[in-house]
Amino acid sequence: MTSTKVYIPRDSAALAVGADEVAATFAAEAKSRGLDIQIIRNSSRGMFWLETLVEVQTSKGRVAYGPVESTDVAGLLDAGCLTGAKHALGHGLTDEIPYLAKQERLTFSRMGITDPVSLADYEAHGGWAGLKNALKLDGAGIVNEVLDSGLRGRGGAAFPAGIKWRTVMQAQSAQKYVVCNADEGDSGTFSDRMTMEGDPYMLIEGMTIAGIAVGATEGYIYIRSEYPHAITTMNQAIENANTAGFLGDSICGTSHKFHLQVRKAAGAYVCGEETAMLESIEGKRGVVRAKPPLPAIEGLFGQPTVINNVITLASIPIILAKGGAFYKNYGVGRSQGTLPFQLAGNIKHGGLVEKAFGLTLRELLYDFGGGSRSGRPIKAVQVGGPLGAYVPESQWDIPLDYEAYAAVGAVVGHGGIVVHDDSANMAKLARYAMEFCALESCGKCTPCRIGSTRGVEVIDRITKSVNKEQNVHLLRDLCSTMVNGSLCAMGGMTPFPVLSALNHYPEDFGVEKDQKATA
Amino acid sequence: MNEKIQQIISKHRSVKGALLPLLHAIQDEIGYIPPNSVDDIAKNLNLSRAEVHGVITYYHFFRQEAPGKNVVQVCKAEACQACGAEELMNFAENILGCKEHETTANGQVTLEPVYCLGMCASSPAIQVGEQIHARMNTDKLKKVLEKIGGTK
Repeated sequence: MTSTKVYIPRDSAALAVGADEVAATFAAEAKSRGLDIQIIRNSSRGMFWLETLVEVQTSKGRVAYGPVESTDVAGLLDAGCLTGAKHALGHGLTDEIPYLAKQERLTFSRMGITDPVSLADYEAHGGWAGLKNALKLDGAGIVNEVLDSGLRGRGGAAFPAGIKWRTVMQAQSAQKYVVCNADEGDSGTFSDRMTMEGDPYMLIEGMTIAGIAVGATEGYIYIRSEYPHAITTMNQAIENANTAGFLGDSICGTSHKFHLQVRKAAGAYVCGEETAMLESIEGKRGVVRAKPPLPAIEGLFGQPTVINNVITLASIPIILAKGGAFYKNYGVGRSQGTLPFQLAGNIKHGGLVEKAFGLTLRELLYDFGGGSRSGRPIKAVQVGGPLGAYVPESQWDIPLDYEAYAAVGAVVGHGGIVVHDDSANMAKLARYAMEFCALESCGKCTPCRIGSTRGVEVIDRITKSVNKEQNVHLLRDLCSTMVNGSLCAMGGMTPFPVLSALNHYPEDFGVEKDQKATA
Repeated sequence: MNEKIQQIISKHRSVKGALLPLLHAIQDEIGYIPPNSVDDIAKNLNLSRAEVHGVITYYHFFRQEAPGKNVVQVCKAEACQACGAEELMNFAENILGCKEHETTANGQVTLEPVYCLGMCASSPAIQVGEQIHARMNTDKLKKVLEKIGGTK
């Protein structure tokens, strides 16, 4: 008789609520009861309110229990969880949990299913199919597939990935690079972290395909220092992929070379901006570069460089495996494919929801998220990270699509969604946005460096009712200078949360609604 | 010059863009970047001391003096704010008797703010060393801090 497989995640969001203790208790309890179990440390399904989510393999499929604490383990075994028996923490078959069943998981298809560093698991679940197809094509063939897919940069700026790749492919240089931006510093986002901790070979495969397409033989993954588990897992996966011949001097036995290494960041938020990141990898202060030259022409160490975010590169394997046309079938308008939305903050069912573009925030907040965690009414939702606008309820039915959001002065960005209930003070959050910008500004351009500090002061004067009308006017003026005069999105988009808070929640600033304001 | 630092410098000096990996290696080894190592690092990487100092002081992660025995980071970013991060930080400051960026009188805990640990769906979160704790509240935080001997 074979042992019963028990899946206990190793994602750091599971470890942060005691998954290691749960696994140790499962092993000890099973041993003392003479039960034959095999514990597999899988990635997370992305239903974080259920972590630690324990799954048991049964003849009908995996049965889920959660959130499990180590003190629940004995009771679960008593109830017969190893045969999928009912329990107060039971959720039936994992695949039938509505939160998962309603998703369209293309990029995250393996998430929660496989052991992240097992090459055998990766291969058995469709891994390397994209790379194998890519090896049959020339660079232009790969780039065309990416162009056909409609894939746009998932890091926030939404620039068409294929056009960037084509520029690097056509650039003439002895050395080119592929750099993965894994400096996921935005609050409300964790899809990059999940990918690196949960399906690292997918990112390796995407980067290798990028290298082959543009003729780059070296790649860097710039990972934030706040993600120690992601760094460890990526390093282990790179080592395994090198040994197995998926990286190195002869990829899958061909003449293609690609070497990959991890660079650990050091806690500067602005290094998520692509040119600051390049400076940092080069060993300098992460100060933003003026563009042009574009990094695609003069990037890392002055050479042509493809820079994409984790999810962009992680979307490449399925595009090459199933074709650009397959991927393009998802989504709406010019927002094609899927986006892993991340439900965070004050939300009952926080987690990862991969869906095609075009659904609404309301669907995400209530059909998936189940409303606020506190049970109080949801007041404001920040979409797209700390530089994204606060979206009020009147806009929750707009489809999540880059252009539709831009039309109301908001951004879809990387799909991070932070929920605040009615206890939030929007003037305080606006002040925080300016404060954070002052703390993290690289200092190169004046609107960002000085404007953010002045912004904090002006908001303080408004909330203390000092020359209110004049200071509101001054704040708008300052925001306009920052939007139009900053070198990068740090200073250029900090006004988004500030102005959206002021326009949609003026009462929190103690001012009248401005009828002319649009965003 | 510290021999360990010397070894780390020789190991990294030929790496492309060596400065950050080198500084990480030194901090991993001894907990901070000793100011008297700047000269040696600069010479070996063919940089000016100002460039090395500039990098050390630019990045929040690098320290120039030894931290307390445990570094406790409390996330202050938006997703944690939405679930009580401010209360958590105030509580930590009170119970530890020190402010952000400071170390407790007994040298057990250095308290730092952090802006996102990627636990945004299980907020608020803190990190002690490399151990993250999510879905925190003041009771749980008190237990964690007591365990590492940081409370007043």
